[in-house]
Amino acid sequence: MNIFDTVGVASYIIVSGILFTIGLFGVFANRKNLIVILMSIELMLLSANLNLIAFSSTFGNLTGQIMVMFSLTVAAAETAIGLAIIMVFYRNRRSVEVQDTMVMKG
Amino acid sequence: MTSSLFITAVISPLAGFLCAGLLGRIIGDSFAKFISILGMTLSMVCACIVTWQFFANHMDSEVVHFMEWINAGNVHINWNLKLDSLSVAMLTMVVSISLLIHIYSIGYMFHDTMPTYRFFAYLSLFTFSMIALITSNNLVQLFFGWEGVGLCSYLLIGYWYTRPAAITAAIKAFVINRIADLFFLVGISLLFIVTGSVFYSDIFHKLPDIASIHYYLMGFDFKIYEFIAFLLFIGAMGKSAQLFFHVWLPDAMEGPTPVSALIHAATMVTAGVFLMVRMSPLIELAPYTKIFIVIIGAVTALFAGTVALTQSDIKKSIAYSTCSQLGYMFVAVGVGTYQIAIFHLTTHAFFKALLFLGAGSVIVALHDEQNMFKMGGLFKKLPITCILMWIGCLALGGIFPFAGYWSKDAIFEAVWLNHSTLGYFAWGILLFTAFLTSLYSWRMLFLVFHGKPKKQEIYDYAKEAPFSMSLPMIFLGVASVIGGILLFPYYIGSQQNIFWGNSLINETDNLHMAIVHHTPLLIAKMPLILGILGIILAYLCYSVNPKIPSFLANSLSGLYRFLLNAWYFDKFYNVIFVRPYAALSQALWKIGEKEIIQEIPVILANFTNRSAKGISWVQNGSFALYAFTMAIGLVVIIAAFLIYQ
Repeated sequence: MNIFDTVGVASYIIVSGILFTIGLFGVFANRKNLIVILMSIELMLLSANLNLIAFSSTFGNLTGQIMVMFSLTVAAAETAIGLAIIMVFYRNRRSVEVQDTMVMKG
Repeated sequence: MTSSLFITAVISPLAGFLCAGLLGRIIGDSFAKFISILGMTLSMVCACIVTWQFFANHMDSEVVHFMEWINAGNVHINWNLKLDSLSVAMLTMVVSISLLIHIYSIGYMFHDTMPTYRFFAYLSLFTFSMIALITSNNLVQLFFGWEGVGLCSYLLIGYWYTRPAAITAAIKAFVINRIADLFFLVGISLLFIVTGSVFYSDIFHKLPDIASIHYYLMGFDFKIYEFIAFLLFIGAMGKSAQLFFHVWLPDAMEGPTPVSALIHAATMVTAGVFLMVRMSPLIELAPYTKIFIVIIGAVTALFAGTVALTQSDIKKSIAYSTCSQLGYMFVAVGVGTYQIAIFHLTTHAFFKALLFLGAGSVIVALHDEQNMFKMGGLFKKLPITCILMWIGCLALGGIFPFAGYWSKDAIFEAVWLNHSTLGYFAWGILLFTAFLTSLYSWRMLFLVFHGKPKKQEIYDYAKEAPFSMSLPMIFLGVASVIGGILLFPYYIGSQQNIFWGNSLINETDNLHMAIVHHTPLLIAKMPLILGILGIILAYLCYSVNPKIPSFLANSLSGLYRFLLNAWYFDKFYNVIFVRPYAALSQALWKIGEKEIIQEIPVILANFTNRSAKGISWVQNGSFALYAFTMAIGLVVIIAAFLIYQ
């Protein structure tokens, strides 16, 4: 018995949309911490993965789920790199505050 | 044999130019001079042999193939030379006089500080251009020579390029010739459109076929012949310095004197007359244009004669005299006696070259003094020059039996025999001009060679010219004495039909040439009488009582200033052409160039600068804001995509 037959794909898309929006706002509404931004980006990626799984299940096509396996792996590597960048940033500046990153002002 | 000699005569001045001009710096000044004179000598010898063979063997006119010029696809253009009486007669005259002037230039340019190989190269190129013009068998090749002559005159008039006056004179000569050349070019194009060819033989062959073409101008109906002849004549007016286009000629005196002699005698100004004579079959069909030619010629003769009376510069006086004599030649063309025009052209070349070389000799002797009123009494110092100048003036004044007498007299008779109002009008003007000619010639002689020295220090310094300068003058002096009587039978006398062959055409109803020596005795002698009267008057005014001219100049100051300023032509042109043109150029420069074209980049740069400063606040460094903008942008683009899909 497929769980998607009872719940329907629309609910999954809504949940995924909410997650994505939370992640998005986490990126630009956050004034405190670079770690939070990294987490928000991860959240957006996961919401996209959720969509892939939902549609894969609905259409009975495994390609989407395999894709998610790949993207999770890539996301893990990406997060590791992001954390490494933040570590270097912290060593240079002794802070991971977002306000301290205004060096790009034109 | 004859044709290869003919080709050698044509190209050896070019070879001289190339060697002397391109290699002059390497091979040295003296050797470059030698090469260029060698080229001219070779050309002269070949031309003389060709002339002798041509007339001794009674050869017909023929076209000599020289070389292929353009051979591309269907276009085959050859460089061919026309060998007929007219080209041979002109060729011999041009190269002989040019050779003499080359030799004279050795002495004349001796004291020049710059290396003179450039000068000799230009002289050779000038001669080559003129020969190319004379020997062409089509109008395009003639135009090539025509432009070459214009270019060389520019280069030589401005030879002393450190003098501002020489530069402006050179540019003036070039520009005025270019204006006239435009008309000439339109004439050639029109001829090509209606006959489909630029070759003389084809054109003259097809002339009867285009008789039915008429052009209408301001309600008048003219045959096509009139238009073409008129346009060609305007081209000739520019080159031959006729009224309205004459202004470059006196200014051209800024060049070295041998150049003036070359321009006035052999090359350049005679090209216009030659063109008219070469196109005689066409001119004969254009009666209205012939009337116009007579009027312009006669008025130019009178104009230049009057102006020459008041000039103080010895070279300018002779220059106006050339202008006047060219008027005579055009009158001869206008009444349809082309033979006489060429005859006068040839004799004039002898004595005008002589006069200019004599003037050059005086100028060298006096260390660049050209003002006749500062000379005087030079007879004792420069006896050879003085005698030769006397011969030149006797020939110019048309005194029996010097060269000018024969040709000038023939022009008077031809004009008289025209038996029309126009003919008598032109005859009267020319007669008065003959009187003026003697007057200004002997004015020059008396001012320069006789009387008391005006400035003692100039007089004391003077000494006779070197042998290289007097030798060419002696040759020209001999030609000025016997040239007329020697050439008379061939050019316009009993042998004329055999001599000219079919190179010149007189219409069947144009009987001037046949009856030219049948004027009443008194009429025939009038030019001679008036010439002698002119000499007597000059003697009275400038030798017996030198106060008369200054008295006349003071009492008739308006007329005097009118003549001194050459009828105010320069001022007139200055007001109607030069100043509006200069004002237009100024306006285009100040407003068009400086304020519009140069301002556009400045405005653009300022705009970019200011707008960049205006929107640089967007880059505030907060990457949260950048991310927000990106997200909003993405939303907007997707929304637009969904709505308009």
